[in-house]
Amino acid sequence: MANKKFNSRLIVGTGKYKNMSECAKAIKLSGANIVTVAVRRVNILNKNKPLLMDYIDPKKITYLPNTAGCFTSEDALRTLRLAREIGGWKLVKLEVLGDKKNLFPDMIETLKSTEVLSKEGFRVMVYCNDDPLMAKRLENVGASAIMPLAAPIGSGLGILNKTNLTIIRNQTKLPLIIDAGLGQASDATIAMELGCDGVLVNTAIAKAKKPFDMALAFKNAVIAGRQSYLSGRIEKTLMGVPSSPTEGII
Amino acid sequence: MIKIKKIKIRINGKNKTIDNQSTLYELINDLKIPIKKIAIEFNREIVDKKKIKKIKLKNNDVIEIVHFIGGG
Repeated sequence: MANKKFNSRLIVGTGKYKNMSECAKAIKLSGANIVTVAVRRVNILNKNKPLLMDYIDPKKITYLPNTAGCFTSEDALRTLRLAREIGGWKLVKLEVLGDKKNLFPDMIETLKSTEVLSKEGFRVMVYCNDDPLMAKRLENVGASAIMPLAAPIGSGLGILNKTNLTIIRNQTKLPLIIDAGLGQASDATIAMELGCDGVLVNTAIAKAKKPFDMALAFKNAVIAGRQSYLSGRIEKTLMGVPSSPTEGII
Repeated sequence: MIKIKKIKIRINGKNKTIDNQSTLYELINDLKIPIKKIAIEFNREIVDKKKIKKIKLKNNDVIEIVHFIGGG
């Protein structure tokens, strides 16, 4: 992706953990090479607050700056330009939300931002809805990866529209990464079996009763789903087909 | 004794009184913020961190200092 090779198809978010060390351990267990991070104000009053970079080494794990919480193109551009300034990050995740309750992306603002950022040299991974037409438009304006939602952010509802995701898979050669809405490991397997190139998970791991075990479960689920996809599944039939030979039955 | 003139700036949404003619570099140093891990916006413009020693602060300047935190 973006001319870089990664060893894991699982991207994990770094939000919502109890603390930084829990976050770091979960990431390690997930095997993820890429983590999403948010850009926020430095707390100037409490200088002893732990820093993310002290727990997750950006030299070992690729930081993917994200515009989570931005509701306009202007805010998203401002955030990512600042992110680039922190240390030269060009691979970024764009997320422009349109509604505070359902957290669906505002695709008009997202499209506008993708075009501007691509022209500025960013490699933009774009959070979007599962609309094949919009996905095509994002590709046309220079997106580096298409990241459709499975379901609303943090909802845990799993993949709601397999058909649309399959259509998007068939129309694009860009990396297709399912972002948002996964609830359990099997959701990641299904995403991978649809032919997606990866999944992004945050809440499903961070808020699981046992985040470390869930991180491991997601790691295995992504590997299983990818292997299953590459293995070529059998045809579906309406009627039963016996597994044992029918000849020679006593 | 020469009295140093004070100015008021706004940093990360909070008012702060500092010495007139301080530089942006001095301010960040005083706050003990690790420069390698942040980005700075000065009156809505992103600042090249290499140039902050040359930026002198004046009354009503607005500064935003950001870093990476956990997020989805």
